[in-house]
Amino acid sequence: MHVDWSALGKVAAVSLGVTVAVVVVFTFGVLGLSRAEAGNSGSAAGRSQAALCFLACAAVVAYGIYLIVPQFH
Amino acid sequence: MDHITFLVAVVIVTALAFDFTNGFHDTANAMATSIATGALKPRTAVLVSGILNIVGAFLSTEVARTISGGIVDDTLVSPAMIFAGLVGAILWNLVTWLAGLPSSSSHALFGGLIGAVWVGAGSDGVHFDKVVEKVLIPAVASPVVAGVAALVATYLAYKLSARARQDSVTKGFRIGQIASASLVSLAHGTNDAQKTMGVVTLTLISAGALHHDAGPPVWVIGSAGVAIGLGTYLGGWRIIRTMGKGLAEIQSPQGFAAETASTTVILTSAHLGFALSTTQVASGSILGAGLGRRLAEVRWGVAGRMVLAWLITLPAAALVGGLAASVVKHGGNVGTAVIALVALAIAAVIVAASRRNPVRADNVNDHHEVTLSNPAPTNVGTAA
Repeated sequence: MHVDWSALGKVAAVSLGVTVAVVVVFTFGVLGLSRAEAGNSGSAAGRSQAALCFLACAAVVAYGIYLIVPQFH
Repeated sequence: MDHITFLVAVVIVTALAFDFTNGFHDTANAMATSIATGALKPRTAVLVSGILNIVGAFLSTEVARTISGGIVDDTLVSPAMIFAGLVGAILWNLVTWLAGLPSSSSHALFGGLIGAVWVGAGSDGVHFDKVVEKVLIPAVASPVVAGVAALVATYLAYKLSARARQDSVTKGFRIGQIASASLVSLAHGTNDAQKTMGVVTLTLISAGALHHDAGPPVWVIGSAGVAIGLGTYLGGWRIIRTMGKGLAEIQSPQGFAAETASTTVILTSAHLGFALSTTQVASGSILGAGLGRRLAEVRWGVAGRMVLAWLITLPAAALVGGLAASVVKHGGNVGTAVIALVALAIAAVIVAASRRNPVRADNVNDHHEVTLSNPAPTNVGTAA
């Protein structure tokens, strides 16, 4: 019997890494949004922090879709 | 050759029926937490999920190839065995739906097929090493991986956002949930619609209509996608309630973390050709997200019943599939017709039983328990 442990390990490592990274980055985006909505001096910085983080998450999503569609590669 | 064509047609219809039950059984995987946290209205959620299932079905056919050339010996399999296996899978899906248990549609399918091939062609027809490699190991590993990922992600999300304005946090993660739930639906389409494609392709190969190593034709991809999409749109509200409300009290950051973990696990494994269970991944994620928020309530009783259902899904579906296969084997076309009618009757009884205590879009979030006022029909289903 042949079990592809390296493929399983890859799934585990990639899943853990990507999930944590995406959620943490998204949380920073939400924090930026929260600062912007608080409406004091950090408003503009908060907004750009949020934009940057959400953009990064969108890029990960786009890469995920790219991986799934064989026609893309 | 006429009766073979008839039988093949029956098998394809049954396969699409299975695909439909797979859809409404698994709507919860993508949408349960979004519905529970209010990120999406129930009706909107199932519509979005259904459409993305169809889109997902067209994106990739890697797993479809894995199944038709993997766990059972293609050269020994007859359309009658596939039919019997599908009947086992459909009935088990309906019984677990009635009980509101998120069991794996994939395991029901594999179980039904294994039972039917075992009875129909002997144990040589089943590749047990492939079953372990392609089904059992991912089944154990994937919910754990998804659960750990969701747990760590949830913990960090709450830790980091503890001092922020809570209304902004809730709102932000709700919007994020719409995106992450949509991706789970897409991944579900690529992963689960392919299983039906695999089965139909296997049928066509065994009937001699396709070459031994052929991939699924376009009409197979299209009809499998539409069947699973329609099933998803119908919405398995009983299971949505269990996953969204029953396992744990879920807030929007947890929902986002759980859905992100599910998506990544499903997408990475689909990319590597593992046929894992979306249901088990999503349940693992929800439990992980429940544990990741301190003081969050995880209902271990519900989780325990769910894991029990996971354990018996494959053998139970195998038993029904094997039983159906022996009737079809000895009864020929008459046997096939009898099994089809009996299966339809049992399905009707289960649907009628669900009406006694219906769970719908408008009451899905009202309770966290799915109960039956009359447990008798469940026994009928298991006894078959």
